Amino acid sequence: MKLYDIAHSRTGDKGDISTISIIAYNPDDYPMILEQITEEKVLSQFKAIGATKVTRYELPLIHALNFVIENTLGGGVTRSLALDSHGKALSFLILELDII
Amino acid sequence: MMKSIRIGSGAGYAGDRIEPAIDIIKYGDLDYIIFECLAERTIALAQKEKLENPDKGYNNLLEYRMEKIMPVLQAHPVKIITNMGAANPTSAAEKIYEIAKKHDLPHLKIAAIEGDNVLKNLPDYQNETILENGNTVQMLGDSIISANAYIGAKQITEALASGADIIVTGRVADPSLVTGPIMYEFGKSYDDYDFLGKSIVAGHLIECSGQVTGGYFAVPGKKDVPELWNLGFPILTFKDNGDIELEKLPGTGGILNTATVKEQLLYEIQDPANYLTPDVIADFTKITVHQMENERVSVRGATGKKPTGKYKVSIGFLDGWIGEGEISYGGRSALERAKLSSEIVKKRMEILQLKFKEVRFDLIGVNSLFGNALLNENEPIEIRLRISAIANTEAEAAKIGQEVETLYTNGPAGGGGARSYLRKIVAINSILISAEVISPRIIWRGGNGV
Repeated sequence: MKLYDIAHSRTGDKGDISTISIIAYNPDDYPMILEQITEEKVLSQFKAIGATKVTRYELPLIHALNFVIENTLGGGVTRSLALDSHGKALSFLILELDII
Repeated sequence: MMKSIRIGSGAGYAGDRIEPAIDIIKYGDLDYIIFECLAERTIALAQKEKLENPDKGYNNLLEYRMEKIMPVLQAHPVKIITNMGAANPTSAAEKIYEIAKKHDLPHLKIAAIEGDNVLKNLPDYQNETILENGNTVQMLGDSIISANAYIGAKQITEALASGADIIVTGRVADPSLVTGPIMYEFGKSYDDYDFLGKSIVAGHLIECSGQVTGGYFAVPGKKDVPELWNLGFPILTFKDNGDIELEKLPGTGGILNTATVKEQLLYEIQDPANYLTPDVIADFTKITVHQMENERVSVRGATGKKPTGKYKVSIGFLDGWIGEGEISYGGRSALERAKLSSEIVKKRMEILQLKFKEVRFDLIGVNSLFGNALLNENEPIEIRLRISAIANTEAEAAKIGQEVETLYTNGPAGGGGARSYLRKIVAINSILISAEVISPRIIWRGGNGV
């Protein structure tokens, strides 16, 4: 199963940082997401686009996690050579993580 | 009876649709409408425009929007708060007044809020550390074109207390556009951090307009959203106990539910316990989101702490040029031909000794969004090669597009649709400066006067 099957996600940007939320469709799945979608897992998924550091914040009351991923935007939205300089599409990269 | 006010959101970015804004003015029973139109870099571009023409430098859709809004205001006198002033709120206010008079509304009192421009203060901050990269302001040298502080909501509250009908600002923190009227209407003190935190969350939820009512959300078959071509913009009810309710007009497209609200609640948030704004440090961690009847959603439990006393300043500077070239390949071996083209251009760059600060090769359809993070199981039937580079000068940057274009007659078979793009980089770096050095002020236009 993919995270895509049990959670939805949205990306925002600040400078060279992507902020990506993960929200469980069903509150019952939140503990499983909390256990499996770790900072390490997300960092390894995002290394391919330059990520150097991941910080995870927990929001149990809304069954959500918030990830702050550094150096994903090619030096920042305003000077990035990336086609998607805001990283708007990146929520769909995190949703490709496996849930076992 | 419990007091509450209704605030609509009429734009979530500089170029947003106008029709949904007009709809909520007409049918939303609003007290206020905000138009958030200023991204991080927009103000630097506006500053450049103002340098070339001192009467310009405000949002380039200001006239268009106001021409649409004014005819509706007669019957629906809602107060308007917007950061469309960008680099020139005073000229924006003059323009708005001109349009108001034309529509027989010369009584409208228009307040421009100035003072976010701190370019002249920068010499005092040469050794200040840039938040993004640890460099100093000094290192940007004479490439700097703008410096604007994110100011808070206080002057918006003041202007409303003095009878403003329309408030036009420059670089104000986005959610402060909503905090301003809330603090005015409920007569709360700017020391009431809990209430301020609640107002900031209210502002945060609607500042991107359609993004909370089903925009930036749809996944067909999984998160379906009806009629995005007719997306309804959000209306917020704020109650005196700080509770927030969101709704959209019946009959509009889009969707409003706990899922859309949660996505927007966390949008562009870093540490949810410490969302820094000029007015307050908002705390999102105790927030709960509830589905109500009639597609309404309530949000409760936000709070806040004393602000840091520092304002973030966006420094805009020129950072060279970006050149891009693209060309497409299709059918069998498309990927191999696109890769061959990449090699050809790499060699050409060596031969011509082209010097770029940074070069990037993307195979659109394969790796342009996620690099090699995901495996491509099937080879795509179409590939678009994109080569981009940063150069110091326009002429150097233009070489990329020219080299890609030569692939028509000098490259692999079947290359089509070559396009090239060239743009000046206006980049943004940030520093923090003490709130005390910034003294925003209100400039009045209209009200049957000048």
